[in-house]
Amino acid sequence: MLETSISPPTHVYARTLTGASDKTAAFVSDDERDWVLALRGPPGLRDVALAELHALLLRAARFELGRRSDQLADLSAGEVGDLAMQAADDALVAILGKLDSFRGASRFTTWAYKFALLEAGVKARRRAWHGREIALDGQSMPALVDSGRSAQERIEQSELLDALRHAIGSVLTPHQRTVFNALALNGVPIDVLAERLNTTRGALYKTLHDARRKLRAALAAAGHSIDVGGGT
Amino acid sequence: MSADDRGQELLRRLLGPAGPEVTCDECFELLDEYVELELAGEDADRRLPGMREHMQGCPACHEDHESLRDFVQLERHS
Repeated sequence: MLETSISPPTHVYARTLTGASDKTAAFVSDDERDWVLALRGPPGLRDVALAELHALLLRAARFELGRRSDQLADLSAGEVGDLAMQAADDALVAILGKLDSFRGASRFTTWAYKFALLEAGVKARRRAWHGREIALDGQSMPALVDSGRSAQERIEQSELLDALRHAIGSVLTPHQRTVFNALALNGVPIDVLAERLNTTRGALYKTLHDARRKLRAALAAAGHSIDVGGGT
Repeated sequence: MSADDRGQELLRRLLGPAGPEVTCDECFELLDEYVELELAGEDADRRLPGMREHMQGCPACHEDHESLRDFVQLERHS
């Protein structure tokens, strides 16, 4: 793992890259080429860039874990710190592996932060669900009970949910049903399910997408109007 | 939130967006650009179609988007 105790000679680095004097902020000047050049540069330069980037990633990871403190309430401060460090380490590895894919469509730091936030978020979700059983079978269709609704509205909604329940049982494949039940009905985080099923977020979402498309078609064929495509 | 809103929210969560959407991988690929367009006040949804729809249907990508937007905003104001 990376040593974060590296003391970066930033002034030397900044001069090397930009011709600036001792202005230590020169490195994080949003000149995207500087980052990429430095990370591909000779060992001395590269080490400095790696240390600076790791520090930024660690800050992003701590931010993300801080947002999720309620999910990590059973962890000590040290354990949360370790989790942040792991996220920053993993993000740095991912960034170096994908450096060629940086298109310059955003600032380099914005591009890099998303890796740290992703790693921290995934780790937090998995940690929060660690040891929890995930029900992959059965249906627990959410109920919407509201005494203020009209009898007609309650009947229509009940019919729609009944039709949806029927469609889940009849038009989905077993795998689609498992994924739909876990993700859509039971709110299992997709990264957690991906880990349990030894697959990827993308593969699971594709399955969920296909299942939703089938269910929409089945409900439409049964005469139910579905209009939930609006914005948030 | 009214009962009707809750019903729509439930259906949205169960059935996801109706329109075309990007995949999770494409969403991650474009997320930094999307956020910077948003923060610049530009029409990110027009420039990068399918992103918003995907984030409406994928809670994890939705959270990733909120985190990146908020963190970048925080960094720029600190």
